Amino acid sequence: MKHDYEISVGPIHPALKEPIMLRVTLEGEEIVDVDVIASQNHRGIEWIGMNRNNVIQSLYLAERICGICNFCHPSNLVMAIEEIADIEPPERAQYIRVIQGELERIHSHLLWAGVAAHELGFDTLLHYVWMVREKVMDVLEEVNGNRVTKAIIMYGGVRRDITERHVPKIRKMISYYREAFGKLAELFLEDDTIKKRTRNIGVLKKKDAIKLAAAGPTARASGVKKDVRQDFPYFAYPDFDIHAITPDELIGYTIGDVYDRIVVRLLEVKQSLEIIEEALNEMPSGEIIYEKKLVKLMAKIKNSEGEAVARYEAPRGEDIHYVMLKKGYEPLYSWKVRAPTYINILSWRPMLLGYQIADIPIIAASIDPCLSCTNRFAVVKNGEEKIMSGEYFHKLSVEKTRRIK
Amino acid sequence: MISKAFKRSLWVFHVNSGSCNGCDIEVIAALTPRYDAERFGIKLVASPRHADVIAFTGPVTNDMADKVIRIIQQTPDPKVIVIVGSCGISGGVFHESYHLAGPIDRLYPNAKYFYVPGCPPRPEAIIHAFTKAWEWLEEVEKK
Repeated sequence: MKHDYEISVGPIHPALKEPIMLRVTLEGEEIVDVDVIASQNHRGIEWIGMNRNNVIQSLYLAERICGICNFCHPSNLVMAIEEIADIEPPERAQYIRVIQGELERIHSHLLWAGVAAHELGFDTLLHYVWMVREKVMDVLEEVNGNRVTKAIIMYGGVRRDITERHVPKIRKMISYYREAFGKLAELFLEDDTIKKRTRNIGVLKKKDAIKLAAAGPTARASGVKKDVRQDFPYFAYPDFDIHAITPDELIGYTIGDVYDRIVVRLLEVKQSLEIIEEALNEMPSGEIIYEKKLVKLMAKIKNSEGEAVARYEAPRGEDIHYVMLKKGYEPLYSWKVRAPTYINILSWRPMLLGYQIADIPIIAASIDPCLSCTNRFAVVKNGEEKIMSGEYFHKLSVEKTRRIK
Repeated sequence: MISKAFKRSLWVFHVNSGSCNGCDIEVIAALTPRYDAERFGIKLVASPRHADVIAFTGPVTNDMADKVIRIIQQTPDPKVIVIVGSCGISGGVFHESYHLAGPIDRLYPNAKYFYVPGCPPRPEAIIHAFTKAWEWLEEVEKK
């Protein structure tokens, strides 16, 4: 006789993820229903931006919406306010912004690749990928002065220039990653174990991806050719030849499973390297900021009125900020953030339905959620509650990998 | 000193109590080959009942407040807590928000706290805090 199990996953996870709760209904091993309960990570950022902070302080607050994509949120805010206040950033600043954005994409995708390997129980690969990732962290530190949060973007430009001193280091990083790419591609795409755990697992059909408005690599892995950098280019992106990457470029066809999401992210790292190289070659000289004096800049923004929407292709997908300013009002009058994970979370449902518990970690991680996934959970069976640890859950995943071997 | 200090391994349970992920990735970076905290035996564990030290990242949101206290209660005595990042210490950029239950040391005062300021702190600083916690644990053991 079959029982319906209900498993609450989260909200506390031991590894590196943010708190979120998944309620999964099971029939035997098979997942039949999924519900997502969020809000554990709500910090009231929009409220702070609209009440406590002035516009420039909000820039640094926007950086702390997400520590991994800490360039895309302030970029969105900057783009929206530049549009309202009619600020034209110099050309060189636009190129530096492109380089910063792509460096962030490399670091974020590599971080994800490590996490994905960990979810499969392949910890050697996690350590290898994170070791490779340290190279881009070094460059970020060299250019920005800090490893993670950058504080580089400012209304009307950037705060620090990329000088002659930095260029050789960035070029060295590019050639390092070109070499490492072959090995990474071989480890992720040719390995039998990874293939078996990711091929035809967590399939998101193109139709579903469009219906659920999935964004970024999640959508592209299902064959939807959308990329804000290609469709609505911002910063200096119009100067570059960017196309949305879909997995058929490398393997000839698209399934929309976890494997395809790995392919897309790997190819995007390669694409980012090309963009950075081109940007370094073609970067014009000149000013890097529209107005150096912050007080003057503040006054200009404070005297503008209007509303704007900004879109940015973050590593996880399309990020949108809506901003409204009112004359004489120091904080933002209205601020709405829509991060890519918001919409990508919806695609968990079609991805998870019909698969096994042991597949939850890798499927949940495959959209690169800014918050996820699986730890302590209670199994409610005939009204009795039994707590299982995330260790057990991780063990299930590792065991499945072994079984397949 | 080192041979004494590294007599036993230190197990850490990591909790994200509403962090932006910045500190979380630095905690993981501290474990991976470049910084390699695991060579000292510092290791992340999956259950608070196994942990010697709890590492908190992020301010405590209202939703997480009861869970944070439950986790601290589940760890064995003496309770040693490392707070990674400025926002766990004071609220940081999020101070005054309507959805913060306040710093952890105010929610649960009966524990030994170690603070790592920074937004986010460097992996070296995080490892340093754990070694400080370790020394304190050893002193307690001697008594």
